[in-house]
Amino acid sequence: MALHLTPRDSGLITVVDASGRITLGDGSAMLRKTIRQLVDEARTNILLNLADVDYIDSSGIGELVSAYTAVRSKGGELKLLHLTKKVHDLLQITKLFTVFEVFSDEPSAIRSFQ
Amino acid sequence: MCYPYNAAKIGHFGVLTSRMAEDTKHLEVTLETQVESVNLAEEMCLRLAEAAGFGEDECYRIGMSVREGVINAFHYGNKEKPEKKIHLAIDLTPEKMIIHVTDEGAGFILKDVPDPLAEENLLSTSGRGIFLMRAFMDEFDVVKAETGGAEIVMSKRLPGAGSAPSNGSGSGGHHAGPHQGA
Repeated sequence: MALHLTPRDSGLITVVDASGRITLGDGSAMLRKTIRQLVDEARTNILLNLADVDYIDSSGIGELVSAYTAVRSKGGELKLLHLTKKVHDLLQITKLFTVFEVFSDEPSAIRSFQ
Repeated sequence: MCYPYNAAKIGHFGVLTSRMAEDTKHLEVTLETQVESVNLAEEMCLRLAEAAGFGEDECYRIGMSVREGVINAFHYGNKEKPEKKIHLAIDLTPEKMIIHVTDEGAGFILKDVPDPLAEENLLSTSGRGIFLMRAFMDEFDVVKAETGGAEIVMSKRLPGAGSAPSNGSGSGGHHAGPHQGA
């Protein structure tokens, strides 16, 4: 299933609703392009909603890390929302839970940026 | 007995052979060095794993491992060169499913692969494929292929099969025997 990313604004925060797979090829490229575009528009407080993403491979993990460092290098933050079990487990075994801030409800996630 | 694949579809990517030797079923396919091969290999192995009786979680782990093996061959082994091939072979024994992914690159030494969990590598944008295969499969090893490239060999015990490897190829939980020819 192709990756779809839909950015929406919530105050000064940009929530990006993702659905599909973040994998080698189009999925990773789409995430890279979207994050780059947001950073170029100075929208660097980003909450990535992964509720409808149930599959990420090593390429997708690499792209998430790349997005994280790109946003932080511009003084912003990239946080994750609503992980599916598979994605949760993947971030846990790769120790990326120690890197990303992860939330299970959107209002709390939005408040955490302030 | 043949696996339920559409040979015409796979034939677009390479050569398919199927045979049965005693209790072991063997499937072999040659894939092009292209991104689409990653999805194709994953899809094929998922169907095989389902047919072999693996549950949803194990199928996910097998599919992900095959995916990572082929990504490794595509990117690191064959350096994305279209003239090189990726060789995928699957043996289904009464005890386990054994998967071989072979590239036509220069090969690599497993112990030289950086640990992606090391503090200094946590923010690396690559290098997690080997780790995931090791984590998701029962046995995992990388050997030098006859072509000089790397051959990833990994296996998963079949549901209901005994917990100890019975063919003598495994040791220490992270080793599977090299492919013995097709």
